[in-house]
Amino acid sequence: MSDKKEPKSIERRRFLRSGMQMALAVSLGGVAGVSLLKSTSKDLVWQIDPFKCVQCGRCADECVMTPSAVKCVHAYDLCGYCDLCGGYLKPDANARTTAAENQLCPTAAIKRQYIEEPYFEYVIDESLCIGCAKCVAGCTSFGNGSLHLQVRHDRCKNCNDCSIARVCPAEAFQRVPADTPYLIKGGFTKGGNSEDKLKKG
Amino acid sequence: MNQLKRYFLLISVMLYGAIQSFAAEAKQRFPKPEFDTGYVQPHTTAPSPRYMLLQYFDVLVLLIVLSVVTWFVLKKRSRKGVFWTSVFSLLYFGFYREGCICSIGSIQNVVLGMVDPTYAIPFTALLFFLLPLIFSLFFGRTFCAGACPLGAIQDIVAIRPIELPKWIQKVLGLIPYLYLGLAVLYVATKSEFIICRYDPFVGLFRFDAPYNMLILGILFLAVGVFVARPYCRFFCPYGVLLGWMSKFSSRHMTITPAACIQCKLCSNSCPFGAIDEPVVETGKRRSNVNRLMTYFVLLPLWIGIGGFAGSMMHVPLSRFNQTVYLAEQIIEHPEVKNDPKNIDVRTFMSSGKSTEQLVQEADTIRRQFYWGGWLLGGFMGLVIGTSLINLSKFRKREDWEPNKTNCLSCGRCMDYCPVKKEE
Repeated sequence: MSDKKEPKSIERRRFLRSGMQMALAVSLGGVAGVSLLKSTSKDLVWQIDPFKCVQCGRCADECVMTPSAVKCVHAYDLCGYCDLCGGYLKPDANARTTAAENQLCPTAAIKRQYIEEPYFEYVIDESLCIGCAKCVAGCTSFGNGSLHLQVRHDRCKNCNDCSIARVCPAEAFQRVPADTPYLIKGGFTKGGNSEDKLKKG
Repeated sequence: MNQLKRYFLLISVMLYGAIQSFAAEAKQRFPKPEFDTGYVQPHTTAPSPRYMLLQYFDVLVLLIVLSVVTWFVLKKRSRKGVFWTSVFSLLYFGFYREGCICSIGSIQNVVLGMVDPTYAIPFTALLFFLLPLIFSLFFGRTFCAGACPLGAIQDIVAIRPIELPKWIQKVLGLIPYLYLGLAVLYVATKSEFIICRYDPFVGLFRFDAPYNMLILGILFLAVGVFVARPYCRFFCPYGVLLGWMSKFSSRHMTITPAACIQCKLCSNSCPFGAIDEPVVETGKRRSNVNRLMTYFVLLPLWIGIGGFAGSMMHVPLSRFNQTVYLAEQIIEHPEVKNDPKNIDVRTFMSSGKSTEQLVQEADTIRRQFYWGGWLLGGFMGLVIGTSLINLSKFRKREDWEPNKTNCLSCGRCMDYCPVKKEE
């Protein structure tokens, strides 16, 4: 009985509503389909290409984390173990010692350790490193470039839009698959001796 | 002797380096020494990111939360249940997952996946985009009620909501459309993700953020005490999409479980002004129809005007793109080329790219903004024209009903309704 009494306008409304619902469902399906064509089952994380990095220092300031999730890492295979280290000592340092006044690093995060004449080992203390890239600039200009910046994934929040990437002047930030999350230098040129990368595999 | 030689070499390298300071390139200047003392080289560590399966776990949590809150809204009709689900979402997606990944931001990933051939959208991000929309298409905006951490944090602070005048609500309600359009425009031109950049609450979720982000979040919460859920109603771009879905949803929440007794208690309970009153047509039928027809005829005009206005705005709009901004700076203020403090210009100068190349790139991007401006403006014209049509359309309504587009399915009105379920 009640079905018959239903006015025409209600019937029409219901028809329009379900029609629109179908149309929206189809368009959602379309968006899903187009996206799925190129979708990846792997998640993406941010990483710095050390060969594009220009050591501008923004990584220290722009990260949503304090201190930054970007830290200096040391590719020991590339290090010359120099006594006069461009990454450790200020250019105008008056002695090659561990005295604070001679250190380039503002937080003394690089530990200098004597090995044998005339070689010294340099190790980054990541709990102190703020990612300012001062040492990276020094090492890249005067040395082998074994010190370089990397996003450390134990600290990185993996923001959808990395706030450093947005202001990186060299476009060195890129999304990489989460199962190969680092671009640690394995050679002196991009894609050069990739022995180190293979080891990380 | 060896040391002395290295020293001289270093000095010469330093001189060379000083000259070439910005075009520095990594090269092997000092070979790795052979150690006699049996020194063992330490290993470069590489701490892994969050375990990948956990991203799928997040999707599962979202699915469960959506199902639970939909059940609370539609079957249990329990405001308490909805509230505690939203508290859980706030704790999990907000404070534990620290606001990333979220459905609102996933709009940008979907758009970038479509326009950028080098970007493949992660499957989890796509699911975060789709699931709430699918739920909304059938059950209304239950995502807003209980699964969105941004909504939850605002819902908790909405203690003394005041009712805004309808016209203010209508005008402010246009902002989300503009925000959505701008977000798509800036992603489509590969400029930036503005939704993430101006997310007001992510700083609070992380207890750590730049000051402007924190201040924005606190401001939203302070306003939110009196104007309930201001971000959801007047900014959220994802809410636009959810509203479209919800408007045509087949099983949207109802205020009363049985017949409405016209007590009006619900209209006081809704802090969002999302309950439509009963209407009867006022004025003359003929003039009403004429007005409606006029608005329909004016619709293309609105789109045209909007599109034209949008295209006129393309120069200031494009300035937020880094490349365009850099090119503009170099052309208008050539003296910046010699400013060592300007990192962007300095990097560009040492990159070996010519100014012509940069200008050409910037021109291409600006063209994209020109056509994007047409589309964005046309879209806004369509939105304004449609809302005028909606305003002058009399749809007979006898009971108090939730406005399906704007209703956030929070369930407050169900609590206030004195009618009990017929057994």
